[in-house]
Amino acid sequence: MNTLLTAVTTDATTTTASTGEAIVFWVCAAVAVVGALGMLLSRKAVHSALFIAGTMISLAVLYVSLDAPFLGMTQIVVYTGAVMMLFLFVLMVVGVDSSDSLVETLRGQRAASVLLGLGFAGLLIAGVGAAVVDVPVGLDAANSEYGGNVEGIAALIFGRYVLAFEATSALLIAAALGAMVLAHRERSERRPSQRELSEQRVRDGAPQNLPGPGVYARHNALGTPALLPDGTPTDRSVPEPLRGVSAVVGVDHEDTERVNALARGEAVGPADEEGSS
Amino acid sequence: MNPMNYLYLSAVLFTIGALGVLLRRNAIVVFMSVELMLNASNLAFVSFADIHGNLDGQVMAFFVMVVAAAEVVVGLAIIMIIFRTRRSASVDEANLLKY
Amino acid sequence: MSPFSGAVASVAEPSSAVSEASGVFGLTWLLIALPLLGAAVLLLGGRRTNPWGHWLGVLMAAGSFAVAVVLFAGMLGLGEEERSIRQFLFDWVFVGTFEAPVALRLDQLSMTFVLLITGVGTLIHIYSVGYMSHDPDRRRFFGYLNLFVASMLLLVLADNYLLLYVGWEGVGLASYLLIGFWYYKSSAAVAAKKAFVVNRVGDVGLSLAIMLMFVTFGSVTFEGVLDNAAAASDSSLTWIGLALLLGAAGKSAQFPLQSWLLDAMEGPTPVSALIHAATMVTAGVYLIVRSADIFNLSETARTAVIVIGGITLVMGAIIGSAKDDIKKALAGSTMSQIGYMILAAGLGTVGYVFAIFHLVMHGFFKADMFLGAGSVMHGMNDQVNMRRFGLLRTVMVTTWITFGIGWLAILGVPPFSGFFSKDKIIEAAFSVNAVAGWVTLLGAGITAFYMTRLFAMTFHGKKRWTDDVHPHESPWIMMGPVAVLALLSAVAGLALGPTGLFERWLEPVTGFTEPTPPVAPAVISIAALVLVLIGAGIAWVTYARNPVPEVAPAGNLLTRAARADLYGDAVNEAVFMRPGQYLTRWLVWFDNRVVDGAVNGTAATIGGLSGRLRRLQTGFTRSYALSMLGGAALVAAVLVLVRL
Repeated sequence: MNTLLTAVTTDATTTTASTGEAIVFWVCAAVAVVGALGMLLSRKAVHSALFIAGTMISLAVLYVSLDAPFLGMTQIVVYTGAVMMLFLFVLMVVGVDSSDSLVETLRGQRAASVLLGLGFAGLLIAGVGAAVVDVPVGLDAANSEYGGNVEGIAALIFGRYVLAFEATSALLIAAALGAMVLAHRERSERRPSQRELSEQRVRDGAPQNLPGPGVYARHNALGTPALLPDGTPTDRSVPEPLRGVSAVVGVDHEDTERVNALARGEAVGPADEEGSS
Repeated sequence: MNPMNYLYLSAVLFTIGALGVLLRRNAIVVFMSVELMLNASNLAFVSFADIHGNLDGQVMAFFVMVVAAAEVVVGLAIIMIIFRTRRSASVDEANLLKY
Repeated sequence: MSPFSGAVASVAEPSSAVSEASGVFGLTWLLIALPLLGAAVLLLGGRRTNPWGHWLGVLMAAGSFAVAVVLFAGMLGLGEEERSIRQFLFDWVFVGTFEAPVALRLDQLSMTFVLLITGVGTLIHIYSVGYMSHDPDRRRFFGYLNLFVASMLLLVLADNYLLLYVGWEGVGLASYLLIGFWYYKSSAAVAAKKAFVVNRVGDVGLSLAIMLMFVTFGSVTFEGVLDNAAAASDSSLTWIGLALLLGAAGKSAQFPLQSWLLDAMEGPTPVSALIHAATMVTAGVYLIVRSADIFNLSETARTAVIVIGGITLVMGAIIGSAKDDIKKALAGSTMSQIGYMILAAGLGTVGYVFAIFHLVMHGFFKADMFLGAGSVMHGMNDQVNMRRFGLLRTVMVTTWITFGIGWLAILGVPPFSGFFSKDKIIEAAFSVNAVAGWVTLLGAGITAFYMTRLFAMTFHGKKRWTDDVHPHESPWIMMGPVAVLALLSAVAGLALGPTGLFERWLEPVTGFTEPTPPVAPAVISIAALVLVLIGAGIAWVTYARNPVPEVAPAGNLLTRAARADLYGDAVNEAVFMRPGQYLTRWLVWFDNRVVDGAVNGTAATIGGLSGRLRRLQTGFTRSYALSMLGGAALVAAVLVLVRL
């Protein structure tokens, strides 16, 4: 209501321009809020990531409509392009399928959070509503000073804020180095030589190579365990990250029998098609 | 178009982000919520730039983005390590540092 | 005017010219060093010194006596005014105006004591070789004895009160160690502790006196204090005198600190003879006589000394009359005799000489009798109950004769030594105050009673021995010293008293006034002799002619009180111990409940609160984030409210 009132009372020159802006705002605001709520409420982390990507894109649009085209582009490139991809990448490593339980384990956390959150939002809105003037100055003058928004920002970054800018470059390098240090796994002992590896294999009683994943398998090759010569499936043939998260398909003993028969050189009929699907 | 609406939107998004930090247990989602809060504050900066008619607010938002990018890099690396050692990305399970 | 004022009417100014030690007097320090060396070797040497340790002890004591004789001879060669000799050894306490060097003063008074201590000490050392021959700890015993001799010599040779205090505490320590020599007997351990504790009370008096001296005179040396005594105010002198008297009462077992001496008989008999009869317990007399210049000027202090001495004289005599334990009866007698000396010392210049004279004579005859009692115990399987003695003169002839001489001496029968010393004290007492005179006269009668009772019960009457004892005479190494002491008891008084040798010898140090009794001295002597005869006669009839019951009869009220040491311990317990115990109990309760309660309560409160508070740190990041949001909301609320 407040918004409508101010829209009516603003002067004619801005009205035409602000009608389009208002449409953009309301659409993008709705998308942003829905995206944020979606992130908050969806059980799967991947869904959260996709929701927040939507929020960030709509925020980029809002930046553009606020006379900040440079920031809008940066938002898309940095956030939706780089940051969100990094998130998705990590999610893939951690496990796409994992979903949070919605049961709250900390007593009173949910109620207190909602209460405090709503109170905080109310206070913010009340404070902002009491403080800020209705009519904005607008960025036309500021943007045109150096011939455009990008030029204006450039003048500030390389002028008044050049020291902070240099500091951020140091920060980024430090962050890159830090990420590398953190992700790097230090080898605590000497890498065993080929000879030692083969000796180890003989000692373990399995001199031959392990079968590759999917040998004799009829299903998703990477996630299905190989069968040992005696027909038992071995979990060790499955890549480590998939052992826990990927569903291991149980061994079809009928198939095993047939494979064993083949190995003995007996005649075997064609496989039963419906048993494999 | 009242510039206040942008600020209201910013406040709402910030609160949702805060609730995300408080309610979600998956470290990655918590991290996303933090990003959402940063974005909400960026929106407020940009709105203030528009309201006051100078570009300093936009420059601030730009710096926030840079810092956020650095933070994401390091933070996600930490989450990776925690996951690697504990086989879990739940922030509640990393609770050994207590009384 | 006080009735005691007459004695100091003509104070003979004692010579205060002190010359530095030279020639033979340079050996003075050897007096102390020899027994100290002996003690060090014996106590630190361990078992290696066991075979010859006792002979080393005897040798050191004898060496000290030899040095004393040499010094005595040297002193006789000097003029009367030159006999006060000071030997400076080294600086000790030297702070600002407070000076207390380790310096020795050898004059006629300390020479007398040195001869008594080393002489009687050597005899008792020799006696102990025999007496302690069966004791596995004989070496330790001689170590303690040597330590005692060294400390006692330091006490009488010190040139300032602080050094005297060191010797004072040294003899206290030696006394404690020797009373508790058989520490595995609980009675001995308790008696040692009691002696130590009661002596502490007296020591407080002496230390107070030293502090008052420093405050009053700015010095603690004999020269600084005694030569300036006239310049001090009356009240200062009185208080110093009373504090000195308290110290003397503690060491000399005078009322009200007398209770430890009777229990001190738990120590070996030679110890009782040397320390608790002949030497250490007379230190109080020495202290008062040495501080004569102070007491001369304070009538109140002198009166207090006379009163204390008189009370103890009568108390000790009454206690001695009732005890069946031979050593305790002798201990009561010792208290009584020291009461005589203290009383004499309180009489002023008219009495100092006789106090010391009686002290020396008493040292002879009491040591003689204590050693005789030790000989009796030696032959009677360490029994002390006189009701189980009787007729020992037939089997212990030497002991009987020597003890008899001591008995006659203490009774004051002429020409034995006690007659000359005690009669002079009675004369002097009558010349100052009639009451004091009658007390001493009466004391002589009671003395005759209890000593005759003791002598008769032990050596005469009928056999009352227990079946397992076979009395026999002690070996020569024990009886030799006893014989020497008996001889001294017999002739020393006659040699030194009537000839006036002793008076002339001591006069330069203590001053001397001829006593002026209201009646002729001969009358007093005859009265005393009559009283002695009456007392001795009663005792002889009761305990020698008539049979003595082997179990003590109930006795009358006074006897029962005397057996209980006139309730000295009971009074101490009721007045000091019980309230003290209640106070400590209350303090313990207060400490446990109130002090500890407050401290522990505070700690528990803070601890409990912290225990609850730390639960806030759950380890859950999200809880912390919630707190942060709460804080942020609070800040926002404040901002909004302020803006509105």
